[in-house]
Amino acid sequence: MTAIDDPATRRAVEGVPGIPRDAEGPVFREPWEGQAFAMALTLHDRGLFSWAEWAQLLAEEIRRAQAAGDPDTGETYYQHWWNTLERVITEKGVTSTDTLLRYRDAWERAASRTPHGKPIELQPGDFEGPLDC
Amino acid sequence: MATHSHGDHHHDAGGDEEEFSQLSEIALRVRALESILTEKGYVDPLALDQIVQAYETKVGPHNGARIVAHAWADPAFRERLLQNANTAIGEVVDINTLDSDLRVVENTDRIHNMIVCTLCSCYPWEVLGLPPTWYKAAPYRSRAVLDPRGILAEFGVQVPEDKEVRVWDSNAEQRFIVLPQRPAGTDGWSVEQLEALVTRDSLIGTGLARRPDVAPEGAAR
Repeated sequence: MTAIDDPATRRAVEGVPGIPRDAEGPVFREPWEGQAFAMALTLHDRGLFSWAEWAQLLAEEIRRAQAAGDPDTGETYYQHWWNTLERVITEKGVTSTDTLLRYRDAWERAASRTPHGKPIELQPGDFEGPLDC
Repeated sequence: MATHSHGDHHHDAGGDEEEFSQLSEIALRVRALESILTEKGYVDPLALDQIVQAYETKVGPHNGARIVAHAWADPAFRERLLQNANTAIGEVVDINTLDSDLRVVENTDRIHNMIVCTLCSCYPWEVLGLPPTWYKAAPYRSRAVLDPRGILAEFGVQVPEDKEVRVWDSNAEQRFIVLPQRPAGTDGWSVEQLEALVTRDSLIGTGLARRPDVAPEGAAR
């Protein structure tokens, strides 16, 4: 079975224009792009948004980036995808920008105390303390 | 006879910044949102992993293919690439930072190279995309060193007895890609045409570049 046979993925690829893909399904340049795709797929399946709604918000995001000078060569597609995801979940009240920032900083603390090559894991203590940079 | 070459471990003086981990801005934001969605019960991290894994074999090695095509087309670039891949690749692909030192190992008439990570699954994903599932699986990781010719035969690559097989073991500091041999019958081809002949497996060393008379077959596995 190829990945595109998965009905949820096929609906996403058909409903959202521009998803970078080959004959068999979406392609990703970096691991986080795959995670961003998977998160949107999961939230869609939970009914948080329709693909039509998503496509419209994503198009707005891309237009905004183009106006700001983004070359739109496809290499920044998932950057726009990510901005759309953060916007959707804050607008729908799933979480707030403040909470996102608090968790982002916690992950930075977690990374900076984790020796290179070891898995980085979030601990309660990571939500407090100064950041190096 | 197979040679098992471990990558050099470079511990430069003053390289203290390498001691602890660092995540890119986008990686921090992705992890932040995943933590929040998991805590709120919106997503199951295992389910997310499964979706990502479904695509691991589909990820195109776009950057790696471009690097190889340029090396085939431009001997001076090929030299720079083999001397110092970390700086040379910036000439042809848009990669700002590498996780680790990258070295390009060249296939010749006398040597066939393949890469593995026996310890875990270190992989030059910046140039090859996400690793295929088999690359991370124990059978490949253990047998690549013990029986590289056997593995290659299973991938459909017959290496003549008089050709040496070199296996390069990746680690957190040093990663490799294979520069496959340019297929015959491609004289005068453009970089774009050549790029289409470079498969992911040929960059890992478990395959050869496509022959020009063979139509693209899609993902090999």
